[in-house]
Amino acid sequence: MQDLMTLLSEYNVPGAFLVNIELTLWSTLFSTILGVILVMMRISPIPSLRTVAGIYVELFKNLPLTIIMVFMVLGAYAQLKLTFSDTFSTNFFWLAVTGLSLYTAAFVCESLRSGINTVPLGQAEAARALGLNFTQAAVQIILPQTFRGSVAPLGNTFIALLKNSTVAAAASVATETSTMMSEMIEYHADQIVLIFLIFAFGYVILIIPIGMLTTYLSNKLAVRR
Amino acid sequence: MKKTWFKRALAALCALTCAVSLAGCGSSQSDGRIRIGIKFDQPGLGFKKSGTYVGFDVDVAKYIAKKLGYTEDEIVWKEAPSKQREAMLQNGDVDFIIATYSITDERKKVVDFAGPYFVAGQDLLVRKGDTSVRGPEDLNGKRLCSVTGSTSAVTVKEKFANEVQLMEQPGYAECATALFSGIVDAVTTDDIILAGLASASRGRLEVVGKPFTQEYYGVGVKKGSNDLKKKINAAITDMEKDGSWKRALADNTKGANYTPNPNYNPPVPNGKGNK
Amino acid sequence: MAANNESAVLFDQPGPKGRKTIRIINWIAGIIFAIVVVLILMRLHNPPDGENQLSWELWKPALDPEAWTDFYLPGLWATIRASLLAVVGAVVFGLVFGIGRLMPNPLVRVVSGAIVEFARAVPVLLMMIFFWRWFAFIGLPSPAYWSVVLALIIYNGSVVAELVRSGVGNLPDGQREASLALGLTQTQSLMQIEVPQAIVAMLPAAVTQLVVVLKDTALGSIIMYTDLLQQSRRLGSMYFNILQTLVVAGVIYFIACWLLSRLAEWLPSRLQQHTAAPTEPEPVAPIAAGDPSNVNQIAVAKEVEELPLGGADRQYHVHHRGTNASIHQWRQTKYVQGYDATHPESQEETDKEKHFRLHHRKSNEEE
Repeated sequence: MQDLMTLLSEYNVPGAFLVNIELTLWSTLFSTILGVILVMMRISPIPSLRTVAGIYVELFKNLPLTIIMVFMVLGAYAQLKLTFSDTFSTNFFWLAVTGLSLYTAAFVCESLRSGINTVPLGQAEAARALGLNFTQAAVQIILPQTFRGSVAPLGNTFIALLKNSTVAAAASVATETSTMMSEMIEYHADQIVLIFLIFAFGYVILIIPIGMLTTYLSNKLAVRR
Repeated sequence: MKKTWFKRALAALCALTCAVSLAGCGSSQSDGRIRIGIKFDQPGLGFKKSGTYVGFDVDVAKYIAKKLGYTEDEIVWKEAPSKQREAMLQNGDVDFIIATYSITDERKKVVDFAGPYFVAGQDLLVRKGDTSVRGPEDLNGKRLCSVTGSTSAVTVKEKFANEVQLMEQPGYAECATALFSGIVDAVTTDDIILAGLASASRGRLEVVGKPFTQEYYGVGVKKGSNDLKKKINAAITDMEKDGSWKRALADNTKGANYTPNPNYNPPVPNGKGNK
Repeated sequence: MAANNESAVLFDQPGPKGRKTIRIINWIAGIIFAIVVVLILMRLHNPPDGENQLSWELWKPALDPEAWTDFYLPGLWATIRASLLAVVGAVVFGLVFGIGRLMPNPLVRVVSGAIVEFARAVPVLLMMIFFWRWFAFIGLPSPAYWSVVLALIIYNGSVVAELVRSGVGNLPDGQREASLALGLTQTQSLMQIEVPQAIVAMLPAAVTQLVVVLKDTALGSIIMYTDLLQQSRRLGSMYFNILQTLVVAGVIYFIACWLLSRLAEWLPSRLQQHTAAPTEPEPVAPIAAGDPSNVNQIAVAKEVEELPLGGADRQYHVHHRGTNASIHQWRQTKYVQGYDATHPESQEETDKEKHFRLHHRKSNEEE
């Protein structure tokens, strides 16, 4: 107990978790936007949009996140000069958000696509019968029901995102949990198990409520037919 | 039907586990061969090329092995990553380690050191022709790259330039790539490592050449192996005397225009830095 | 425009004017994407500082035979070695704790449940770092390899445990009822009747999980495990062509994962005859603590009532998850009505459904 208090007063563990939570929230926002755009492209009548979205999803689904993060720094930043800020820490934070969002968007797209199939054909047919065009039908009729139908896979995707935010270490984000854990172990090698348990339980505390919320929401929002 | 299918799958699973787990642990027998721990990922010091290993550490290791009575074919090279060096020596996985291994009091508690065979110093690597960075004091407002978990960048920040921006990358290659493309202005670590990078950079990077610390590179051996230590020290002395030491250094930093800090090099084995 | 027939659910079959608009937008979009790609390539060809990233001088060392024999292939072998052992270990871990969660003994259930939930919540990278430092600290040989394997076993094992549990949950009640009626105990029924079928049902998902494992081994490069990613970084540090070597590594990862995904999609049809539970390729384990039904609840929500207006059969299928969910195959995909325990035959396509599908598709083409 004494050791725990010393460790917690020496290192700002909640601050590190805050970095991961911020990474997760921003990436959730951007990956949802990108994922919705991708899924619209995939179901649109325009073949080139369908193809591009298909290639995007296959590409990002089958690449390790670590490699994407390394590419964000050495490719997007170093070569393409994708710069968010002159301050390094801010810049790497946003590069990590970009990498996480690009990666997660592919999974959001797949989750939504599976949700689309829970929407009965009749809904689409009724929308057409009412004279709605593709965009109107998709945005007003199909997508809202899709979201309700894909709460469970989306929840899983975002839980994975929170855990994946530790990989931001590969994009030089030096303030997040995995880096801090390495640093603490470096200087307190004799308390390694305790240090690991601090961080592990931090994630358990964060993730179990999100899981329960997802279950609750998917039960509540699923369209009973 | 169902049952046999299930059993067959289970059998296949077991067979696979056995095969893979056997492949996992390499044997560590020493049948008249010597096992030396080096870095595998450090151009200029220890690096894999055309199926064999090259670098200054490798050359020193080969020389010592020769003096100990082993031919080159009798050397088994083992990778010794920074975090695992002490454990490898204590477990007896290797006979000795030459892997940019600085002699420190902390490490001396658990392992013994022969040497030093080289005195490195923390220095800066910059783009060739970049005159704005001539020493660590010039780094205020500049960008510096170092390897995750190394203390060298922190040293610069605390002692020389408070307003330097730090980038941490998993390896020096990433740092050097960042330096190439202009997103950082300097890379910092021991000068010999930087010289190895500069030598591989097709003449685009150079070492500043004003080392501001001293790192005594030693040969790590298992605690208490005094006999081996003595033999290694004798080998290092011979190497420095007969010119092989100088030749090895020149070969491995070709094109980098690098000379080690002459005040300390070549060091006296068992002398300064390892008393 | 036959291609549009498949996805003609969300929009009307376009007339001449509509087809023209679609064609125009198609070209515009295609050209915009092409321009973006060209711009990126130009930027790489001629970056503001640094060197031409497309030059052969940088690509050659990343592709020549020596690079393959010295770096990529040993790296790939290290990746595959760790992945295979991790998947096998994960299946064992998953079976032990998945069955543990179904055991009649409440203590076993609670302990297994706690372990599985903990293992699922902790990021793999944190586990890897911990095991790595810990193994190195206590002096285990090759700590990086074992920490990668163990971290992957624990995380993926927890996913497999949930798959076992939901696989058993997806079995028709009749299976257990029949075995109890034959005089087996609950545990015997679980071990001899239900779990073997659940395992077969879960195999495709285990293959998909192999993709996850393969991708996650790349995390090992952060703890200096010499996998494919780490080896490609090393190769890049000699010639300063790390971007190029990473691209090669990325292509290898992509091909390996893509092939495995295809295998996972092909397996379910092969394995369906060995189990009474639906085989599905996508391992979406239940989310929250203590809810094995969660995964199927949306599907379950759909089988509650039938054809209120007494009209035609519904044509959409209820795979609510999975990569086989495709807008292109709405009408072609077999209508699988979730799983109804009282009607196992609903897994099969009835003659009426087949007729409807063929007829409907035909009439659609005639439009």
